[in-house]
Amino acid sequence: MRQIVAMLRRLDRYVVPVLILAGWEAFSRSGALPAALLPAPSTVAWAWADWVFGTDGNTQTYSGHWLFDMLASLSRVLAGFAIATALAVSVGVAIGWSRTVEVIIEPTLQTLRPIPPVSWIPLAIIWFGIANKPAIFLVFLGAFFPILLNTIHGVKTCDRNLIRAGAMVGGGNRQLLRFIVLPAALPSIFAGLRIGIGSAWMLTVTAEMVAVKSGLGYVLWDSYYFLRYDLVLAAMASIGLLGFLSDFGIRLVMARVLHWQRNTTIQSGES
Amino acid sequence: MATIEISGVSKIFKDAKRKADVTALDDINIKVEKNQFLCLLGPSGCGKSTLLNMIAGFEKPSSGTVTVDGQLITAPGSERGVVFQQANLMPWLPVWENVGFHLLLRGGQKAVRRETAQRYIDMVGLTGFENHYPSELSGGMNQRVGIARALLMNPQVILMDEPFGALDEQTRMDMQNELVRIWQEHQGTIVFVTHGIDEALTLGTHVAVMSARPGRIREIIPLDLPRPRDITSPQFNEIKRHVLDLLRSERTKPSLETLDHS
Ligand SMILES: Nc1ncnc2c1ncn2[C@@H]1O[C@H](COP(=O)(O)OP(=O)(O)OP(=O)(O)O)[C@@H](O)[C@H]1O
Ligand SMILES: [Mg+2]
Repeated sequence: MRQIVAMLRRLDRYVVPVLILAGWEAFSRSGALPAALLPAPSTVAWAWADWVFGTDGNTQTYSGHWLFDMLASLSRVLAGFAIATALAVSVGVAIGWSRTVEVIIEPTLQTLRPIPPVSWIPLAIIWFGIANKPAIFLVFLGAFFPILLNTIHGVKTCDRNLIRAGAMVGGGNRQLLRFIVLPAALPSIFAGLRIGIGSAWMLTVTAEMVAVKSGLGYVLWDSYYFLRYDLVLAAMASIGLLGFLSDFGIRLVMARVLHWQRNTTIQSGES
Repeated sequence: MATIEISGVSKIFKDAKRKADVTALDDINIKVEKNQFLCLLGPSGCGKSTLLNMIAGFEKPSSGTVTVDGQLITAPGSERGVVFQQANLMPWLPVWENVGFHLLLRGGQKAVRRETAQRYIDMVGLTGFENHYPSELSGGMNQRVGIARALLMNPQVILMDEPFGALDEQTRMDMQNELVRIWQEHQGTIVFVTHGIDEALTLGTHVAVMSARPGRIREIIPLDLPRPRDITSPQFNEIKRHVLDLLRSERTKPSLETLDHS
């Protein structure tokens, strides 16, 4: 009995998605809308399967091409995100730690920040042409600011008493940064990374719709022109899946790096 | 083994927002000779931590000077070990890394750090908790990690801010004995903040009794009692009565800090 309950409990997370899919399938088959406008989940799955494995060629030029499209998007996300992380963390630590650096560069950054990254698209195309670079640039812009702000916050809220303890055991400025401020800021930095990876996917897809001729976003937009809404939905689902997986990856790293937080937060009560 | 000289030290905390400056310390003069064990005794808020922080180099006096062995104190340094009122451990490091933090900053080999830390972990009675994180220990245990961290540097001056406040009676007595043993063995100058009269009279070679707002030294009493000290002996009680009188005359003074105590 108890095992059955435990099994049911583990199933609880699937209830809502299954209900939505079932309802959607039923609605599409009912014929209330033309099937082409709202493809049933089964049709989407069929198109997706061909896109991924080239099962029956129903997606034509995209048949069996998914891995290539996915890698094109993923590599842009990773490149832009990596540059953003490296730059945002170092600049953020500098701004948080040094009042001088803060005064010199923070106003500029705060003025640039409210400009939506998407509005850089024209300039990005002029500067970098139509290829990977403008997309990576946009991804960088989208991920940079959330990581930067969270890093600054993490550094500034570092407990002064820990710095005192570090100075007491003989730490100089660089050591205090490396051994106290940085570890103390890590929870904030990770929060920034998680927001940043979300923006990164958003902007890759946007860039691919406008400025690049490959990737999941391009397939999505291209299928729209060819009225293949099943493929549009398959592309959306792929993006969702990859976004989820990259966030999951960050959470795995975070759980390892911040394992000391295990017993100190509300979250730790869950597992 | 160092001489601490505090001369003419005042500390005023400026509070621009509330427009009310707090005079935490007023014209403090103390000389702590080599190998002395000075206990700072006084009511809450009289400036004990502030005074200690200035010897540690965390804060600067508004006027006057603090010197250790003739050197003007302007910054913290590892020749002055501090045990904080709150343990102030790095929550991301296990106990042994916290204890060996000094060696970590000096770039010591892991094996050496581990081994050295172990000695001090055993000394404060935390054997078996080396790999625990501060959040997994009780307040008193964390406090002992803080003590081990300061002792590991083998500092010439040890500054302790109510280090045994969070400990139970039994552990506190054990730790007091241990501290006296360490002090007698290694020598060194200790400044120990407490608001426990028995604790001050059990540990110190001198007690400085302070009064509050503004914080002043009322009297520095030398303690010539034999060790181990018997807190029931007549001499002990005689000094205790004197200290109590000093503190009591302080309390009848109608001022803000009587509110603090209620
Ligand atoms: N950073 C600060 N800013 C403003 N006022 C302060 C600051 N630190 C201490 N004070 C004031 O200085 C006075 C002395 O504080 P301190 O912490 O030295 O007291 P204490 O003797 O250590 O008390 P306790 O026994 O409760 O720890 C208090 O009135 C406090 O309000
Ligand atoms: Mg205090």
